[in-house]
Order: sequence, then structure tokens, then C-alpha cells
Amino acid sequence: MTTVTLIWLLPLPPLLAFFLIVLFTNRNKGLSHSIAVGAALLSWAGSMVVFLRSLQVERFGEQPFMSNINWLPTANSWLKIGILIDPLSAATLFFVSWTILMIFLYSVGYHNYGQPKGDHDRPGLPPHGATVIDEHGHKHRVPSIEPMYSRFFAFIGLFAFGMYLLVVSDNFLTLFIGWEIMGLCSYLLIGFWYAKESARAAMIKAFITTRVGDVFMLLGIVYLYSASGTLNFRDTLYNADVLTHLAETPAGFLGLSTAGFISLLLFIGTVGKSAQWPLHVWLPDAMEGPTPVSAMIHAATMVSAGVYMLVRIFPLLTADWHGHGLTPAMMVVAFIGAFTALFAASIAVTQNDIKRVLAYSTISQLGYMVAALGIGAFVAAAFHLVTHAFFKGLLFLGSGSVIHGMEHGLLHTESDAPPGEQIDPQNMMNMGGLRKKMPITFITFVVGGLTLSGFPIFTAGFWSKDEILADAFLHGHWAVFLTLAVAALLTAFYTMRQITLTFLRDPRTDSAQHAQETPWTMTFPLVILALLAITAGWVGIPEGFPVLSLFVRNFFHEFVAGTLLERPEPVFFHIVPLLTSVIASLGGLYLGWVIYRDMPAGAEDPIAKPLGLVYGLIKNKYYFDEIYDYLFVRPAYWICETFTYLWLDRGFIDGVLHTIARAAFSVGSVFRNWIDKPIVNGFGDFVGESVKRFGRTLRFVQTGRVQQYMVMTLVIVFGTLFYYLFFLVRP
Amino acid sequence: MIPLSYYLVFAAALFCIGLYGVLARKNAIAILMGIEMMLNAVNVNLVAFWRYRTPDLIVGQAFAVMVFAVAAAEVAVGLALIISVYRSRHSISADEIDMLKW
Repeated sequence: MTTVTLIWLLPLPPLLAFFLIVLFTNRNKGLSHSIAVGAALLSWAGSMVVFLRSLQVERFGEQPFMSNINWLPTANSWLKIGILIDPLSAATLFFVSWTILMIFLYSVGYHNYGQPKGDHDRPGLPPHGATVIDEHGHKHRVPSIEPMYSRFFAFIGLFAFGMYLLVVSDNFLTLFIGWEIMGLCSYLLIGFWYAKESARAAMIKAFITTRVGDVFMLLGIVYLYSASGTLNFRDTLYNADVLTHLAETPAGFLGLSTAGFISLLLFIGTVGKSAQWPLHVWLPDAMEGPTPVSAMIHAATMVSAGVYMLVRIFPLLTADWHGHGLTPAMMVVAFIGAFTALFAASIAVTQNDIKRVLAYSTISQLGYMVAALGIGAFVAAAFHLVTHAFFKGLLFLGSGSVIHGMEHGLLHTESDAPPGEQIDPQNMMNMGGLRKKMPITFITFVVGGLTLSGFPIFTAGFWSKDEILADAFLHGHWAVFLTLAVAALLTAFYTMRQITLTFLRDPRTDSAQHAQETPWTMTFPLVILALLAITAGWVGIPEGFPVLSLFVRNFFHEFVAGTLLERPEPVFFHIVPLLTSVIASLGGLYLGWVIYRDMPAGAEDPIAKPLGLVYGLIKNKYYFDEIYDYLFVRPAYWICETFTYLWLDRGFIDGVLHTIARAAFSVGSVFRNWIDKPIVNGFGDFVGESVKRFGRTLRFVQTGRVQQYMVMTLVIVFGTLFYYLFFLVRP
Repeated sequence: MIPLSYYLVFAAALFCIGLYGVLARKNAIAILMGIEMMLNAVNVNLVAFWRYRTPDLIVGQAFAVMVFAVAAAEVAVGLALIISVYRSRHSISADEIDMLKW
């Protein structure tokens, strides 16, 4: 099979799996997950083949794998759709296929395949556990299988299709289609347990918030089409003529060039999808979904898709940039990225829910990438995108494993004395000491955590984060550099806080005491992702790094930089950003360990007191939910209920209709009362009544007496005779 | 010979007496008798006209005989009706037999 054909086929297996499961196999749970995992495996294998072949092509950036077909006839040309694998999408394909495969496999264990059906589980709620009786007659509470098991695999299949489609597409239109398919699937999956009120609210919030971004993105796509006449990446983004044209045409808006304006519109799509400030609010709430979904949305696919798109349009964003000083569009991107990185990291510090910490961490790390793109660090952003996908996927799956272990412990407490402990199995304050209970999860989680905090030398996060910092430093973007450095410190701090609270010291609850390692289907993906999280960084070691650069080249840079027309210069090693990131990382880790190592059960967060009011502010996420509630949600409700419904609909539209109806009624009444009743009816009644009255008047004549009749006859005969004889027949 | 007009006047008188009887009497049998009288007045006319105007022809006499026959049949039917009415209403007063009205 040629590479191009293979690329065309890449997104199809998950889509087929979706339809097969939905239409045929949804009653058979084992078959359903086999189909889904099999499909993921096929796509993964195909992706690996494509990736390896792309490595063998010399100057791959100039000769990418591409193919397209006519799709939609426009006035005098065709709108084409097609596939494009260039170095950037090859790298994306690599991490997407790995994480998707791992998440699919992990889902099998996460949804308790092979466990009995729950005692009173019902669709739309997380499984509550089942009671089994062992050979000694002891009752045990064990986890029960997810009631809507097959449905889950169908949804993530469709989700994977959306992501593959987005990665392989060569134009904005199919990219947008994949983008929206993922939006739909995230909506469905966040609300997977739809019987929970919070899940329903979260799914709607996620969908509507991302929709805000998507509308602007669509505007950007339309603008690009009207400005350049094509949506193809090669024809717009990698075409010097088009780029120059767009860069030189002013948009007539805030002094932006057309290129800058379009990229800002598209960037708003990224802001929504990648949960950047100010559209970040949906992502923490999206933790209502099952954990594999969180991993899927937050690591491998959806949020990465936002940054991927921004990396994709990097040539457009920087079309009118000449290497020194930032264009207004880039400034906006850099500001939002850097601000989000710091802002979300600070919130993550105060969160107690193990998944929410990771959610804010994701927002923060995506902010890193966005900031990197804003300052023109194309390769660094792509590099961090790849490494982040691995370690954040790992962390999410790890947290799911922890929660799973905790739930096991929670059920165990029910076995002895129902109803058992009533604690939140996701709250880190209830954990502790899990390293002994769940060793594999512990080790892999620590690997993921250290990678996230950028532990020097060994971890991928160090290299990718360091590259962003180095880029900011070397090009003199001090504000971005400092913001990101502080964010890195906070990142290391909350990561260590999380590890300490979850795994170290002694268990703080019975549930944590009885937690159990999860099955191989869950730990195996953790191990694979942990390996990738470490090794993925070694391909991007900067030139000139002491000792190490002698062994490995900065392979990632060479590969991905080829995507661009003008190959960016690799960032050369410099000691200041290196020291900054080492200090931030190690310092944060140390602080996290020192502050949280002695936290007793049920105690207040040790940083709450010193921070005082600020802690409350951060703990409540800077009140963004409340602010949005006042600014958008309530006005929206007001507009719907009071303005549109009461005033416009009931008052105005209904009023007009009622007035018209009333007027017509009055006219009808006039006709009825003045014409129909008196004249038409009156005439008819008059005739009838007259006849009646006449008859009534004359009926006395009919006496029933024969003799009187005869008298009358006689009188009439004589009368007639008389008349005839004396008046008509004149003698 | 007695002039024709005598007969005619007599017949007219007889007719009028019969007519009066029909119109004025209450007894249904008397009314029937009045009818008979009117029929016979007609018969007198028929016979008188025959004798004075066309004595060669027998039509007048024959017609009178016809009227007798019809009158006899009519009386038979009328008496039967009266008996039937009497059975149901115990009266033969023409005033009380007034069911055919509004």
C-alpha cells in the first residue's frame, strides 16, 4: 500500500468501530471493546508506518505526503479536500496514535471489564459496586462493570476518528470538521454519566464555551477563504506569495494586517478548544467525565488539537513578522499564553481534587505552548505539545488509576460495615501512603509528575520547557520569560504537593489503607506512557548542551523545523534559562515536599494560613465562574426569560397577533350584528314567521265540522257566481 | 199542461230544503236524508226537462234511474259510516264529529 493511501485510511478504523458498536455489537461488551481497541491498534500501526516512512524522506518538509480530491464544486473551481503529512503532522500523528491506543486499552480496565454487574447500577451513573460471596461465605464489595460500557467505546471511537481526521487533513475545512466532531464527542463523554446533575451542567458548559471559540474560528476560516480563495494548508500557509499578500493587506481593524487578523480569529478557536484564559472555565468542570475521557480530552486529542492548529497557522501568525519585536497578533497570543500559564498554575496549587489539579495544570501547560508560539518559538511549542501529550496523558491515566484504587478501598470499607466510609475518592486529602498499595501507579505517576515539573536531564518536560524558556530568554522577551519561570516553579510545587499528598507518608483514611493496584489493562498503558514521557525529550536536546549534545543531535528541531518555509534557527544552549528552569523545578519540588510531608488527616491546607485572603481567591478560581455567571449566564437567562419570552414573544409578537385577532373579531361582530342578524336572518325569519302567523290566524276556519265547510263552500260558490254573473258577464 | 217552470221551481224548492237540512241539521241521518232530497230534486229536474224538451229520447229517464242507484249506494255507505262512528263515539251529532281539524 502506498503511504498516501495508507494516510487516507488512517482515520477510518475508529469510525467503523463507532458504527459497528452503535449498530450491531452494543449488547456484547467484550466484542465492543475488542472492536474499538482493534480499530485503535490498526490506526496506531498505520500511523507508525507513516511516521517511520516520513523519517526516511530527505528534506521531508519540502516533499510531504499529500494527495487531494475534488470535493465541492464552486463557481469555477473545486473545493478540494485531502491529506497532508508533513513533519509537524507526522510528529502529531506519533503522539496522537500512541496516546489514543493507550487510552483505549486503559478504558477496558477503568470500566471494570470482567467484573460482575452492579447491585443497583443504572445507565447514566458511575457503577456503585457489586456484592460477591467467596468460597468461605464472606461477602465482599467489589467494583462493578460500567452499565453503558459499549456506548463508551463507541464514543471514544468517534472521538479518535475526529482527531485522526484533524491531523491528516490538508485544509482548514476538514480540520474544522474533525475539530467539531471532537467537540461533539467531548460533550457526549463529559456528560457520559448524564444522570449526575453536575455532569450535565459540565457537558453544556464545555460545549457552549468551546462553541464561542469555534464561531470565531469559523469566521477566521471564512475570512481566509475570501482573502486567498483556498483553504489548503500548502496553498496558504506554505506559499510565500499568499503570505506576503495577506501580510501586506491591512485588515482595517486595530491596525492589524489581514494575516494577523485571520490568525487572531483562528486563535480564538484555540483559546476555546485549548481552554486558554478567558475561555478556560469549561476544562476543570469537564473532569466530571470518566478519567480516560479526561485523558483523551486533555492530553492526546482535543486540547492538543487547539495548539496543533495554532502551530499549523504559525506561518500566518508570523507573516508580517521580521524577527525582532512582536506583531500585535503575536503579542496577543504571547500575552494570553503566558498569562494563562501563570494563572492556571496558581489555581492548581489550591485544588484538592486530584483530577482538577491536572486540569489546571493542563491549562497552564497549554499556555506555555501558546506563549511559545506568541514569541515565535515554533519548534519549542511543537516539542512541548508532543512531550506534554505523553506526560499529561500519563498523569491523567495515573490519577484515574489512583481513583480506581481508592474506590476499591472505599468498597472494601463497605464490605465490613455498610454503608462504609463516606469520602470523596478523588480528594487528595483523603489519600496518602498509596505508594505501597499501588507501586506501578506510584512509579509511573512520579515519572509523569517529574516530567511535568521539568526534572532536569532525565525527563522530556525538562527539555521541552527549557527550550521555550531559552527561546524567550535569547530573544529578549523578558516578561514572557519571567512569567513562565514563575509558572514553572508553581508547576513543580503543585506536582510535588500532589505526589506527596497522594502517595507518600501514611494513609489518611481507611479507603486509602485498603486501596489496591489496578489491573494490567490500566497499568500497562501507564508503563508505556511513562517510557515515552522520559524518552520523548531526548530527541530535542539543544545544541551546545554540555556533554549530552555530543551523543544526540537536536533531531526534533531538524525534523519539525522543516515544516516551515524559512527554517528557524535552533536555539543554542545558554546557561541562564537552564539554571532558571533547574532552580524552578527543583525548588518547586522541594517546597512541595517540605510543606506537605507532615500533613495530618483532616488538617487544613498548610498554605492557607500564610496566603490568607489570597488563598480564598485562588481556591475559588479567582471567581471566574461567578463572574461569568453574572456577566453572561444570568443576562442570557434574563434575555431569554424576560426580554425574549415575556416582552418580545408574549408582549410584542403575541400582542400584535392578539390585536389583529381582536380587530378581525370586531369587524366580524359588526357584520354579524348589523347585517347578518337583522337583514339576512330577519328576512328569512320574517317570511317564516309571517307564514306561521298567517296560518295561525286562519286556522280557526278549519273547525272539523263538515257542515260549516259546506256553508263556506256555498258562500264562496255563490260569491263567485255572483261576481261572474254581474261583473264579468255583462248582460 | 203544467208549464215546465212549475216543476223547476218545485225542484229548486226541494233542493233548497234538502240543502238546508244538510247544512242545519245536527243528526247525521237527517243530513243523509237532506242529501237524498237534493238528489231527488235533481231527478225531478232531469225528468221534467226530458218530458218537455226531448220526449223522443230516453236519456233523461235513464239518467234519473242511474241517480237512484247511486243514491242508494251512497246511503248504504253513509249509514255504515254513521254506525261505525256511533260505535266509537256514542253520538251521531255532526257537531261532535270534528276530529279533522287543526
